Amino acid sequence: MYDNSVRHTKSLEPAPSRRASRTGGITASGLGKQFGDLWALRNLDLHVTPGTVLGLLGHNGAGKTTAIRILTTLSQPTEGSATVAGLDVVHQSAAVRDRIGVASQQSTVDGLMTARLNLLTIGRLRGMSKAAARQRGDELLEQLDLTDFATALVKTYSGGMRRRLDVAASLMGNPDVLFLDEPTTGLDPRSRGDLWQLLADLVREGTTIILTTQYLEEADRMADDIVVLDHGETVAHGTPDDLKARIGDDRIDVKVAAASELVAAASALSAFAENDPTFDTEQLIVTAPIKAGLRVIDIVRALDEAGIDAIDITRREATLDEVFLALTSDRRSHQEIPA
Amino acid sequence: MSNTLMTDATIFARRNLEHIRQVPEKLTNVTVQPLMFVLLFAYVFGGAIKVDGAGYKEYLIGGILIQTLAFAMMGPAMSIATDLQEGVIDRFRSLPSRRSAYLLGHYLAEMLGSILTIIILLGTGLIVGWRTHAPFLHVLEALALLLVFATAIIWLGLWLGILVRSPDAVMGIGFVIIFPVTFISNAFVPIESMPNVLQWVASINPVSVLIAAVRTLFGNPVSPVTKHVWPIDHPVDAAWLYSLALVSLGWVIAQRRYRARTTD
Repeated sequence: MYDNSVRHTKSLEPAPSRRASRTGGITASGLGKQFGDLWALRNLDLHVTPGTVLGLLGHNGAGKTTAIRILTTLSQPTEGSATVAGLDVVHQSAAVRDRIGVASQQSTVDGLMTARLNLLTIGRLRGMSKAAARQRGDELLEQLDLTDFATALVKTYSGGMRRRLDVAASLMGNPDVLFLDEPTTGLDPRSRGDLWQLLADLVREGTTIILTTQYLEEADRMADDIVVLDHGETVAHGTPDDLKARIGDDRIDVKVAAASELVAAASALSAFAENDPTFDTEQLIVTAPIKAGLRVIDIVRALDEAGIDAIDITRREATLDEVFLALTSDRRSHQEIPA
Repeated sequence: MSNTLMTDATIFARRNLEHIRQVPEKLTNVTVQPLMFVLLFAYVFGGAIKVDGAGYKEYLIGGILIQTLAFAMMGPAMSIATDLQEGVIDRFRSLPSRRSAYLLGHYLAEMLGSILTIIILLGTGLIVGWRTHAPFLHVLEALALLLVFATAIIWLGLWLGILVRSPDAVMGIGFVIIFPVTFISNAFVPIESMPNVLQWVASINPVSVLIAAVRTLFGNPVSPVTKHVWPIDHPVDAAWLYSLALVSLGWVIAQRRYRARTTD
């Protein structure tokens, strides 16, 4: 479940250069990218309202990073078009770069410089004065809880600290649109919670965010809209609630003592399940998607009445694999989730 | 809002200098190594190699200058290969900075290193007994030639670094190219001491020509020409021609490779 013990980070001071009005929407139509014979991304349509968060959800190689690279002007689309903050990513790429912040999957801060100098360099390259860049950098180090390590070489940082510094670097220019490619990968739960809080603050101030993630929980928590990608194709598009309605809320795992009890356990569970239960015959686990609002105690009673020797019962969120299984199985019938 | 090209290039150059400040060992190949070469050749091999005129120490400096500057190709190649490997370039490319500033910044930083090399070599030379015997303007021309040659080498190094995909590969390929090119030359021994075929190679080798030009302009002994081909017969003209051609070539192929490498 979620880590609800989110520490509140220091709230964001509006930076002096912040634009009065924000127009940081994103659109894409029929966006595609081909590498050799392989389509890394195909027919991507996006419409992101300014000040909202879009989650791109998918496995490694699903096309998330390709989409981000095209939208951030690092890669040219093979087909289709896209705008960021109202600017065409191909023909107005320089203007786009002025309005965006990017934290890519690979950490791109410089290990042989201090955190402060990294941010100063990026600020200077954005055209900020030395004083302004230094001030903004220190603000961000404070917000991301890195002040104590401001003068340490980045190569001495832990993975999580590097990640946070990457995010700080992407925020140097007060971007209208922020792109975060798997921002919480490698973060401990506490840093993850802090980062979510920071992003929520940014969104409240009008920043538009696209984030890619492999974690359903993250997409669910952060995103107003979710696009699920699989092998470059959009397999689902909707709000987190739409998605949940389609894949079922939670999963229940029941571990039984003997293989002979699997079928009986499954039939006891099916009264509660939204779909047919699945089996893991090696681990002796029956898994079922369960209806919202269900109490575990009712399941325990039902299993007990059926005389099943349940060793363990676990209620958990659906994993990404299960989401994909659910979404790709009826992919041919309808591509969009009915609203 | 937007910086000039030069401002951006300077910011990138500062970044490289900061790397050196953090890892001063990176400077070894442009400081300690040339110094060691001067001392080794002057005192260990010097007695065994016979040169007409003022003696081996005067002969040596021109050779070591060009050889060391040629080896300085490895520096830019290594640092750009490292940047590419670490993905730092994507970060820079997503900023509203001038795209060509990145390579220019590398060039500026490396050029400072090469200037330092020249100063150290000439200083060590003076200490071991090397002198110039030429008009001041000729000495200045020699220095100018060294700077242009250094520029050519750095751009070629940047090209190599973008071409090759890892710092390790740069080490391997760099040595395989630079060692023969600098040693099949008049850098340490007179061309006349080589087998016939190598004499032809050494006589048109830009490294030999550059070295002969620098020696001529400094008024230092020049080893006898054995194969009369235009470059070695007119070393100063040929050296300028070679250097300017290499600068243009290096600049063009480095920019082109960079564009190709950062476009997908």
